[in-house]
Amino acid sequence: MMSMLKGRAFGITIPIIAILFGFLAGAVIMLFSGNNPITGYTALVNGIVGDTYQFGETLQRMTPLIFSGIAVAFAFRTGLLNIGVEGQLIVGWFTSVYVGLAIDPPMIIHLPLAILAGAVAGALWGFVPGLLKARFQVHEVIVTIMMNYIAMHVTNSLIRTYLLDSGQRTGFINSSASLESEFLSELTQFSRLHWGFLIAAAACVLMWFILWKTKKGFELRSVGFNKNASLYAGMNVDQNIVLSMSVSGAFAGIGGAMVGLGTYGYANILPTFTNIGFDGIAVALLGASSSIGIFLAAFLFGGLQQGANMMQSQAGVAPELVEIIIALIILFVASSYIIRWALDRLQSRKEEK
Amino acid sequence: MDVVLQILYIIVPAALIAATPLMLTAMGGLFSERSGVVNIGLEGLMVMGAFGGIIGTLMFEALGMGALSPWLGIGFAVIIGAIFSLIHAVASISFRADQIVSGVAINFLAVGLTVFIVREIYDAGQTATIGTRILRSNIPFLSDIPVIGPMLFSRVYLTTYIALIIIAVVWYVVFKTPFGLRLRAVGEHPMAADTMGIKVQRMRYIGVMLSGAFAGAGGSVYAVTIAGNFSAGTIVGQGFMALAALIFGKWTPFGAMGAAIFFGFAMALSTSAQQLPGFQNIPQVWFLILPYVLTILALAGFVGKAEPPKALNQPYTKGSR
Repeated sequence: MMSMLKGRAFGITIPIIAILFGFLAGAVIMLFSGNNPITGYTALVNGIVGDTYQFGETLQRMTPLIFSGIAVAFAFRTGLLNIGVEGQLIVGWFTSVYVGLAIDPPMIIHLPLAILAGAVAGALWGFVPGLLKARFQVHEVIVTIMMNYIAMHVTNSLIRTYLLDSGQRTGFINSSASLESEFLSELTQFSRLHWGFLIAAAACVLMWFILWKTKKGFELRSVGFNKNASLYAGMNVDQNIVLSMSVSGAFAGIGGAMVGLGTYGYANILPTFTNIGFDGIAVALLGASSSIGIFLAAFLFGGLQQGANMMQSQAGVAPELVEIIIALIILFVASSYIIRWALDRLQSRKEEK
Repeated sequence: MDVVLQILYIIVPAALIAATPLMLTAMGGLFSERSGVVNIGLEGLMVMGAFGGIIGTLMFEALGMGALSPWLGIGFAVIIGAIFSLIHAVASISFRADQIVSGVAINFLAVGLTVFIVREIYDAGQTATIGTRILRSNIPFLSDIPVIGPMLFSRVYLTTYIALIIIAVVWYVVFKTPFGLRLRAVGEHPMAADTMGIKVQRMRYIGVMLSGAFAGAGGSVYAVTIAGNFSAGTIVGQGFMALAALIFGKWTPFGAMGAAIFFGFAMALSTSAQQLPGFQNIPQVWFLILPYVLTILALAGFVGKAEPPKALNQPYTKGSR
């Protein structure tokens, strides 16, 4: 998969086939469960781009997905699978909200500081598995899964003990740390769209810049391609692994800050995971770990999750259908070996004729 | 002394009850990972099992099976789990998909599919509650033994003891039979195994499907003993904890069992520590994160080095070096 994600020949064909198969399977499931797929999908599309409010909410939903996608992709490029984006996002969310609550300087200092705090918390949560991987050769997947649970339980406990305001959440952050945008909100019939969307778009460019235009980025990708060759060329492989996981965690942490400072304005006790981090795996995979791909994939998945509401209210289809479609798209992209094999067969048949 | 015993009488059964689904699921993970296929999808397979267990029990209740229904429900869940795990098997063995990504997809798919079906049937986020749960009972004779009786054999689920017997069987199968040797060979060095005439792909399919069957059993045991119905919130993290138990137990049946029981203690303490003298002052969060912290420490080699099977996470292509 690593080679597949990085390969330039990956092209656009396989993601598109995977998406088509995903929707086809969704249609079959709707047929079997006694729903009309055309009504269902019409409602779904209406729920994404039907009016400016829905569109604004879609963009709001894709904002943290972009960050979690970048986080997964950044680690992918160094040959690491960061399943811990979920946990890094949770600690980023919590820490940024804490900074948003605790102090009250002017916005020009407060907002960047709160976002930075989220990034640092996420980076720290990524640093640990990175260090364990580099130092003790512990597989990062298991460690990051464990770190996810630790993140959830620790932040829940901190909120419950120190920051509980009403019900299950903290108080609202001071307005000087808020990403809320009256302008963007009014533009979209008062959706929750906030400035974070523009930061996310900028982050896509930043990821591209770091990986493709800096010396360190070249090293990170080189380690992802071939560890031994990189070592032989004099690169510090261990250091690059730790760095990659930390940067990946920082992106995830900022994603959490977007949720905390932009969408909600508070942090709450999480009964289960947010799934934003896990969706990041889907986003990165479908987006072939490229900046543009991640942006588009985040739009697709954010849109699907937003449109699911409309699908339920207008067509009576349970919103979980969207989860099924997303899961199948991941499976199909991951199984691209067989899609490519089938495409090759088709190609050679044509040539024979 | 009496106080300590009273504490143990509460904690030990609670720990065993919490550990049972983990033990069964960890055995599933053992078959899959020993054959060389990573199974992050244990969580999703458990979700499928819990769903199958409840739906199966309701179905058999409707058929008039009475008190036998939950047991048949578990059997139904085992089959559902094995079938569902085929998706992971086909993707990661035949289609050479990344095993971890495929497992992640399995987790998403299981939750999406089961909750979708539940919503379509019940028009709500959860199923009806089953009428014939497996209940806690005293084991005859053994529960009369002083000290050990009330601690280990009173007010327990029969499923716990069945699980312990199954673990002994798993150990025998994996370490004392030709099948077990082949399974381990495929997970350590598939090419050598292939040279010796072992069908690598077939062994891996069996490994993954057994993981589905065992995780199905684990999920359904949780559902028909503890939960009583099924919703998206029935299985939240037990599958990952079973995976942790497998790793903490160094990929061996008894090791995983010990780890699962230990995690069971941590879970039992997290819910009942507030009532126990000597434990009140320890914040609950420590018990909640203990299993995960210990697993990380075990992997890093601070609590004995955990070495995975050598060919884990590597798809096998005939003729490749």
